[in-house]
Parts: sequence; C-alpha cells; structure tokens
Amino acid sequence: MPFPRSPRWPKSVVGWAVDSRQKGVPFVREELRRLHKEILATLSQVSTEKEVSEVRVKSLGRKGTLTQLLKRLGSLPEADRREIGRLANEIKEDLERRIEEAISHIRERERKEALERERIDVTLPGRRIPVGTKHPITQILDEVIDIFSRLGFEVVEGPEVELDYYNFEALNIPKGHPAREMQATFFISDEVVLRTHTSPMQVRTMEKKRPPVRMICPGAVYRCDSDPTHSPMFHQVEGLLVDRGITFADLKGVLTVFVHQMFGEKTKLRFRPSFFPFTEPSAEVDIECFICGGIGCGVCSNTGWLEILGSGMVDPAVYEFVNYDPEEVTGFAFGLGIERIAMLKYGIHDIRLFFMNDLRFLKQF
Amino acid sequence: MKVSLSWLRDYVDIQMGVKELIELLTMGGLEVEQAVSAGEGFEKIVVAEIDSIRAHPNADRLSLVQVRTGRERFSIVCGATNISEGQKVPLALVGARLPNGLEIKRSRIRGETSEGMLCSEAELGLGSDATGIMILPSDLPLGADLGEALGLKDTVLDISVTPNRPDCLCIIGVAREIAALTHQRMRYPHLRLTEEGQEIHQKTSVTILDPDLCPRYVARMVEGVKIGPSPLWMKNRLEKVGIRSINNVVDVTNFVMMEYGQPLHAFDFNLLEEGRIVVRRAQKGEVFVTLDGVKRILDEEMLMICDGVKPVAIAGVMGGLNSEIKEETQTVLLESAYFNPIGNRRTSKRLGLETEAAYRFGRGVDYGGCVSAANRAAQLIQEVAGGRVVEGVIDAYPSPLQPIPIRLSVRKVSQILGTEISGEEIKTYLRDLELNVRDEGEDILSVTPPSFRGDLEREIDLIEEVARIHGYEKVPLTLPKGPPSSEERNRVFLLERKAMEVLVHHGYHEVITYSFTSPACLDSVGLNSDGERRRHLRILNPLTEEMSVMRTSLIPGLLETARYNLSRKNQNLRIFELKKVFFPVEGERLPREVKYLAGLGMGLSRDPHWAFSQRAIDFYDVKGCVEDLLEALRIKDGRFERAEDVPYLHPGKASRIRCGKEVLGVLGEVHPQVLGRYEIHGKAYLFEIDFERMVKRAGEEKRFRPLPRFPAVYRDLSLVVDESLEVEKVAEAIWSLHLPFIDEVNLFDVYQGTPIPEGKKGVSYRIRYQANDRTLTDEEVNRDHEKVISRLREIFQVELRQ
Repeated sequence: MPFPRSPRWPKSVVGWAVDSRQKGVPFVREELRRLHKEILATLSQVSTEKEVSEVRVKSLGRKGTLTQLLKRLGSLPEADRREIGRLANEIKEDLERRIEEAISHIRERERKEALERERIDVTLPGRRIPVGTKHPITQILDEVIDIFSRLGFEVVEGPEVELDYYNFEALNIPKGHPAREMQATFFISDEVVLRTHTSPMQVRTMEKKRPPVRMICPGAVYRCDSDPTHSPMFHQVEGLLVDRGITFADLKGVLTVFVHQMFGEKTKLRFRPSFFPFTEPSAEVDIECFICGGIGCGVCSNTGWLEILGSGMVDPAVYEFVNYDPEEVTGFAFGLGIERIAMLKYGIHDIRLFFMNDLRFLKQF
Repeated sequence: MKVSLSWLRDYVDIQMGVKELIELLTMGGLEVEQAVSAGEGFEKIVVAEIDSIRAHPNADRLSLVQVRTGRERFSIVCGATNISEGQKVPLALVGARLPNGLEIKRSRIRGETSEGMLCSEAELGLGSDATGIMILPSDLPLGADLGEALGLKDTVLDISVTPNRPDCLCIIGVAREIAALTHQRMRYPHLRLTEEGQEIHQKTSVTILDPDLCPRYVARMVEGVKIGPSPLWMKNRLEKVGIRSINNVVDVTNFVMMEYGQPLHAFDFNLLEEGRIVVRRAQKGEVFVTLDGVKRILDEEMLMICDGVKPVAIAGVMGGLNSEIKEETQTVLLESAYFNPIGNRRTSKRLGLETEAAYRFGRGVDYGGCVSAANRAAQLIQEVAGGRVVEGVIDAYPSPLQPIPIRLSVRKVSQILGTEISGEEIKTYLRDLELNVRDEGEDILSVTPPSFRGDLEREIDLIEEVARIHGYEKVPLTLPKGPPSSEERNRVFLLERKAMEVLVHHGYHEVITYSFTSPACLDSVGLNSDGERRRHLRILNPLTEEMSVMRTSLIPGLLETARYNLSRKNQNLRIFELKKVFFPVEGERLPREVKYLAGLGMGLSRDPHWAFSQRAIDFYDVKGCVEDLLEALRIKDGRFERAEDVPYLHPGKASRIRCGKEVLGVLGEVHPQVLGRYEIHGKAYLFEIDFERMVKRAGEEKRFRPLPRFPAVYRDLSLVVDESLEVEKVAEAIWSLHLPFIDEVNLFDVYQGTPIPEGKKGVSYRIRYQANDRTLTDEEVNRDHEKVISRLREIFQVELRQ
C-alpha cells in the first residue's frame, strides 16, 4: 500500500489559530471536526507501527495539532470553552482508541505475515524411521502362541533332530506302519530322523511332567518333499492338554475358541472324523473357505472348506509309553501347519516363497 | 479310492443328492476329495430301432436304413453289414458331436439323403470294436439318450481313505458306511454258482510253507473259459473307477477287487507245472520277471506263489509273465488269499512296486471274505467268459483267525466324548456297522467286530465308531475345567521376542532359511580350522547335495539370502535370522541344538531421501544394534574387543562380543574374500550371537531408581591421543578413579585433521557430576575434574585441548 512518509496536515488548521475569535464557536467546532476527520483519514492509510506513532505524536503529542489547539482554548469565552473542550476531549479519546486499534491491527497482520513467510511444502515425504519386519511365519506363530497362552497353555520347544522313538514309536507308529510312509522322512541314521512333526513333544512333555499338562510347542519340522505346496522344512504348532476328565467336547470347545480368535468370531468350522495313529477319536478341523464363502473355489478344491488342523483325544497307547494311567486321565492333542495358515490368510500360492526371503516379499508383512 | 454312485446303488439306497451324500461321507470320516460327472458327451445320440434295410441305388457297399426313435423316423445311409431289421442301434442325430470330434450333418451320399449316422463302439469311444455298428440290448427304451440308457451317466466320487480303514477300499465297504450312517441294511451280491465236474481237490492242491506270511489261501477253478473282451457294463464300471479293461477274466478279478476289496489273481492253470500251488519265501537273489516285463531280484523275506517247480507270482504284489492269462487260456485258477500286511508292505516297498493289490494287502484285507470273493469271481467269469466252475473250493487256512470280542463300558463312552449317549443308542450304532453286540451286565457290552474291521481292537476304537455314527457335530462345546499351566512362561521365548523387536526397530527384516545346507558353504565362509563348526550332521537321504548337512552357522544362509536379493536389485539390506544350529556330540545320538541370532547389513543406511544425505551402513551401525540388544536384554557387562582371527571377518574390523569371561558372539565387516565367493560386491557387516548364552546372561527385571533431586553439573574434556588408542581405555581410566560424583561419561566427538597433528586424534568427553544430597559447588566439581585430567595425562600422555 503506497503511503506518504508523513501525514499531510490541513493548511486550514495551521491558519485557524489566528482568526478563531473572529469566526466564533461554530467555526471552531467545524474546524475540530475536520481535524478529527483528517487525522482519521491519515490513520487509515498508515501501515506500520512507526507511522502510527508518528500520527500519534503529530496529533496528540505535546506539539501535536490537537494539543496545540486545545492549549489555545483559553482565548474563548467560558461557555464556549466548556463546550468546545468537551468536544475536543471526545475527539481525543476517540483518536487514542483508534490509534490503539490501528497498532493492534498492524501487530496482528505482522504476526500473520511472519508465519506466512515460514510456510513449507507439506507434500514432501516425511522422515521415517526405516523399521524392519518379522517373517510372516513368525507373525502367524506369535498370533497362535498368544491365543493359546491366553487359554493357559505354556510354550515349550523341542529338538528338531529327533529319535525315531519319539517321532514315531512312542506315538503309536511302529516300524512298518503305513503312516510312516505318509511322512516322507529325512534320516540321520537308523534311529535318528529330522522330526516330521512337532508331536514328539507330546511324549517328551509327558515323560517329564505328571498331569495336568497344558502345553503348546511351536517349531520347524522336515519332510523330503519339494514343490509349490510342499517345502522340505516348514513349521507346526503342537498342543497337548491332559488332565482328569478331559473330553472330546473340551477339544471342540478349545479349538473353536482358537478358530474364532484366529480367523474371526463368525468363522464357521466343522470337526470331521479322521485318523492319526496317536489320537482316537481323531478329528480334522475345517473352516469355511473365506475366499469363496463356502460356495467352492480353486483354493478349497471346490469343497467350500479349508482343512486347518488335525486333532484328537490322546490314544491310550501313547499313555503307556509315558506311564500315564488312561483310566485316570484323558486329554487331547492337536497340530497345525503355520505355512498353510499363512498361505490362506495372505493368499500366497507357492510355499517356497517363505524361504527365498526376497525383501520385496518380506516387506509386505 | 474312486466309487461310482450307480455301483454303490447296487448295495444300498441313496435317496439324497450328490451334495448331501458328499457331506454324509465326509462327516462320517470318508473325506470326498472331488466329485466328477461321468457319461457326459452323448447329447443327441439316441437309441433307435431298425425298421428296414435296402440297398443303396447308386452304391454297392452302402445301404439305406430306415430307423425309428419312437414317433420320429429317419433315413440313414450306412456302410455296415452287421445290422438287421428289429435291432436297436445308437443313432447320432444331426448336430451331435462324437467323442472323436466328428460333427454330424445332414448330407447327401450318392444322391441319397442321410439324416444322421449309426455308430460303432469305437466311434462312440465305448470300446475298440470298429468293425460294425454297435448293437444295443433290445430292452433299451427307444429315443432315450444313449448315455442315460446305457447307465453311463453317473457321478464318480474320489474318496480319501485313511490308513486305518482298508475295508473302505472297495464299493461294498463304502456302501456299508452309507448304510450305517443312514441306518439301512446292506444288499450284498447274491451268489449263485452252478458247479460241475470233478471236485477241485482232485485237480490241484495248495501248500502253504510259510503260514506266517500267508495265513489263508483260497483257490477256485473255472474250466473251458473263452478269453475275450468284457461286456460293456463291466468295462464301464471299471473305467469309471479308474481301471483299464484288459480281458474278461482279468477284468473279473479287478471287478471283484473293487467290489469286495479282495485282490484276486487269475493263473492260466495249464501253465502251472505239476498243476499245483506252493506258497513259500523266496530265496535270496532269486530272479523273477513280473507281468510288466521287469526282472526283479528277490530276498528271503518276500513271499512267492509258486507252482510245483518255479515261482509264478510275487504274493499280493504282482503276477508273473510266465503264468498270465492269455487269449488261449482255457482253465483259470483263481487265488483269493490273505497275506500278512507287514510282510506285504515290506516287499512292495523293497521292490518299489505299488499296485492296487499291494495297496490293499498292505493295509489288511478281510480274512473272512476270501471264499465269498472267490465265489463271486467264479460266478462272474462264468457269466462273461463262459466255462464251467469246478466243484468245491480249496481253503488252505492252517490256523483260522478269529475276531476278538472287546469290552465296552457304556459310561466310558460319555466320559470320553463329553456328551450323554445311551446304551441303546450305542448298540444301534455298532450293530449298524455290522458289529456283534451282547449285553454283559450293567454298563458293559461285549462287542465282536466283523473280520473286515481289523482296525477295531480296543475299547477306544469302539468309542470312536460311536462318535462317528452319532455325529461329531452333536458333541457340545465345553472348556476344560482345570487350572492354567503352572509353569512360568518360557523365558527364552519372551527374550526372543524382545530381541526381535530391537532388530526390527533397527530396520532388520527377519529371514527364515533352511536348516540344512551344503557342506561346501563352510569352505565359502572360510571355516577351515574352526573345529566344532566343521563337524556337521549328514542327512542320509537329502533332496540335493546343497541341502545335505545340518547347519552349524547361520552365516552362510544370510550370505546366500544377500546374494539372492542383490541379484534381484534389492540392494540395501538389513536381515537377521534367529534359529537353531546343530552340533554333533561325541557319543550322543542327538546333536546339541543351539539357537543363534545373526544379522547382516549392507548398502545404504536408508533409501535415498530428500532430507537425508546418503551414507553406507558401516561397522558402527551394526554395533549400535548389538549394543541395543544387550541393553534390551539388560546385560550390563557386555564388552567389545578387537578380534583378528575370525576367518570370515575383516581382521581390522572385527570384534568379539564379550560378557565377562564368556564370548557371546562376533561382529564385524565380512571378509572381502568371503564376499567374493558369494559374488557380492561392496561391503557387508554382520553379527552372530549364541542366543542361548546371551539369554543366560540376561539381567533381572527392571527396578526404579529415584530421580536426582539436585541439579547435575557438566564438564567437557578434550584430549589429543594416539590415533591407535582404543578410546574405551579413556573411559575406563576415568571410571577407575572411582570418583563418587561422576555419574556419566559420554564420548561426544572424535576428530582427526587440522589442527590435530598427524598420527593423533582428538576425543571429547562430557562428564556429568551429580550428588544425591546436595547441589555440587564449582569447587567440588573442579577438584574432581582436575583429578580426571591429571590421571589421563599420567596414563596416556595426552594433551588437553581447549
């Protein structure tokens, strides 16, 4: 805004003192009003605090126009003096108020301008701390472990290189049993294998501890298979609960809680008769296919169901190996494949991706 | 195991849709993996009757045939000579498409219109006979869809049968399950045999020399058979369940195997020397040529079926080339035996011969059903291949097997299942499964399973049967009443999570690599001398040499992963693995399994970003991460000291991570030679920690320390020291004064270059002085600070820098 360096003072005011007496009160009043108006007009054009101060000095200051005028009021008659004095005071107060206002306006504007000058580009990317990720398998394991921990299961781990005795024999899978052939086994020697499942920890746990037992065992297991749906190494979680009076209904209850917490409260599930040498009765647990909603699709092989874990009541033959009395205690065991759950949950079709560790894969989880 | 619905319906009523049947079987324990429709592709091919045949006026070899499909009549030009008036034949109407792809159109052949085509078996894909038109049975309804009329329309279920249920490896077995699950009675095949001629014992004999491997051997004989193709109905049935038709006699044996689950073998009796059967173990090294023409080398645990002189079959696995049914065979000797399942499995596994027969014998067939199966086969052979069934049956059964009764407590059923099931219900379920049930006092039942249920031996086996038939879905949901496990939460497990959190916060991505690795990778990482790690566990049957030993270090896996990622342009890497390694232990069968934690970082410290200057990851990035690990695990006395002898680390940029006297691990730049072997360019830094050792050193739970109530005083200190001085020594010297007010010593600057002379470096410390009971005066602080300065001068001959 263009602004003169100093306000222009009306000539008439300067000349007025000389002939006020001649022209009388109305004239003085008129002149006062005009002076007031002109000061206001000047004030309205200033834009800095300094300029406002100048206006103040030149109008209200000791040598200011208004002050000078008021000083000369003495030359007027008493009555006129009072009237003009009142008017002059009003004007003075008004000016002071207006000047204060002008100052605060200017300060407000300057604050705004100062902030405006600090404006930045909010669309520039922020400084992020590059954090890493846990492997998707670990993330699913953590979820499973947390659910069973809340249900009072303790977490144990066992050897991955295992005796044939624990991996098969004590799980009621004697030499020559067809179930052995169903688990393509890596051998270290005649009596030592890479565990084909986490189930050996059922036996090891019961050997060490008298009932009640509530444990889960996460870990890597091995089978000599390799294709898009089979990996020579994968992960399972085993679970075991043995106590007095544990029933098949308890098995259903616990695993239903698990499925609902893992896959959502509304997930439909079913317990389907199956066979494992170390449990009886045995049950596979299927959940309704969440890809197709149970109508049937490629993922569920058109059955509408996805198999997610195997389970069953601990077979009395297993209790014999660990000196538990099957007339005294009963229990159930279960096992689930972590890769399978991860593949279903994340829509991964090739199990080998988990072990290639491509950063572009890992960063997605 | 494939079963067709139409075949099942011979033995049991199925009054539900396919979907419901699948549900019933699956929830009964016979998981249906898929259902396939069969007999499709016969649209617009119908049953027609020949009204008249006359010669084609313009062609010698063709005739004009008038056929009828009920109301409609068609005129067809046909070249076949095997047809006559009144016969029923398949007619492909205009618009039909034959299985061989031929589309039928209205056509004019030598001036005569043909409104379709009469088809041969071959043209319909129903057989190999292409010589004439297929003549249909006269009772087929006119105009009917051919697929429907011939019973080709069907649904085939593929059932996954668990190893404990060999009885379900046949149509009757599956039908039995349906009957039990729907509470019906089975309709078993009606066996009616017309026997003729001499008694079988006068014609042949069976001698079992090894009854342990062959508890039972049943033989039947049919004379005067005519070998030829099987009738269409039999071919169709076999084909639907996945068995290729061979000839009528062989097809009968397969048919009965699929029907009863009893594998049968048919010998050409005239090829059996001395006309008799001997069952014995093979001799070691004995050679035998099986039906598939392959020479097999036998051992003395393999059971052979022999004639008077030589072996003619590997028992329960495969027959021999020397006695197979041929076109000229006239007399058939049928074998229906029970072989020891374990012996049979062993033999088939040793020889690598997985046959339908071995599959069933290996799981256990119905030892009580051998005679019925032989009779059924004899009856069918007579039906489809003619001949006379010789009177009588040889049943060599030295010590007959008997099902053993099982005691079942009614109360126990409810105790195990957690739901109340009455004695009456239990009895009904078990009887529906054809088990014999007798009351034996209050609460106790005596249950005798049939011979085909070898899997039922114990009370728990019966409880499972009850649960299955009752329906798992009817068992309620309850939660166990007992207390939660009293064990303390696994400490290692919690610390593992904590460690992973630290690494993730440092930008590391967790990887999981195989626990087996290549023995060569130990050379690649330069582990030539390190004794324990060179000895590894070998896998006897690895998938490949690259996966043949159990790893003793996580480092090769990390380097391999780095190489893999670099080749895919994932260049800025920070990865870690927390998994087991395996050390064989002298004199122990199992190795020592130890969890290790290792990490590797290389490339830029972060992806290029407008707000950061680019910087490569270096030693101190990785070290900082390890320091944070130590802190998170509350390990107080962790120290880093120079290490020049780690084979895979740069000798000048390597450190041992120590805790007291114990070494927790190492840290440093990967040796350039090692990187070279992995074809990795640039620099990489790694750490490797014995995680279990680290966990043992992990500190106590956190305790609160009261906040200081008085202000601290800071003093800075700058020194010039020899370039080679390890700065940790300076801090150690300060602490070793044991000045009570020194609360913290912080190295905040290290500087080389002007004005610091060559061969020296400037280091700056900020020392915090703090008292618990008062504000320290300048004098007190200065006094201590002077002590620090003079001590450092004394030890290091340092110059103070202002």
